[in-house]
Amino acid sequence: MKVLGFIVTVLTGALLIYGTLDMPNYGDPDSPASSHVSPRYITDTEIDTATPNIVTSVLADYRGYDTLGETTVIFTAGMSCILILRRRKKSYKV
Amino acid sequence: MVFRKEDIIVSTIARILIPFIQLYALYVIMHGHYSPGGGFQGGVILGASMVLLLLTRGHDEAKYKIPENMVITLSSIGVLIYAGIGFLCILLLGNFLDYSKLAVLLHVDPAHARSLGILGVEIGVGFAVMAVMYSIFLDISTGGVLPEDEEPEEGTEA
Repeated sequence: MKVLGFIVTVLTGALLIYGTLDMPNYGDPDSPASSHVSPRYITDTEIDTATPNIVTSVLADYRGYDTLGETTVIFTAGMSCILILRRRKKSYKV
Repeated sequence: MVFRKEDIIVSTIARILIPFIQLYALYVIMHGHYSPGGGFQGGVILGASMVLLLLTRGHDEAKYKIPENMVITLSSIGVLIYAGIGFLCILLLGNFLDYSKLAVLLHVDPAHARSLGILGVEIGVGFAVMAVMYSIFLDISTGGVLPEDEEPEEGTEA
């Protein structure tokens, strides 16, 4: 079983490394990630949102729905801590 | 459980530092348009100032300045501000979170309306993060049993 696990691990690792060979170089300006929508953010942020900080305008404006989800995750974490840990007076003595 | 320790150096330094920490947190939130920062970072700094108050003053004093119910309400209000701005944009015949539609209400051009919309959203995020930070610290430091809920155990003197 150990040998089988080792073979599966090596195979998966080799597949993943083979997959990275097709990836563009790090910081390549012609890669799809930096040629599709990024130039628009960089050039139009000041005109669209009057916000010099591109990170802020992408975070809260262009990708605002995502940030709403992030805030909800944080809110849910707080509520979960309250629900799991906090005990009320009535249920304190079990 | 966090009790108040009578330490004049710690409590004096904390009393001097807390207003400046909170001022800096507000700066980080409001200046997120121009420098690194924003709702998440500023909210965490605000929460840290509240945690510092709790650590140096103890629960008995902190619960008068920051009641637990207020903390829960504030975290809900933060998410509500964010979602409320989104729904307000729908009411103004735009898409969800399309801040440029707020220009009608704010009497500015659409680009500046989007800038102000970002600010409003960051304030909501700041509220939520601040309240959740403090709430989680409170729950973990007390084990969930808040001081006023605690009853003396049977057989021991209170």
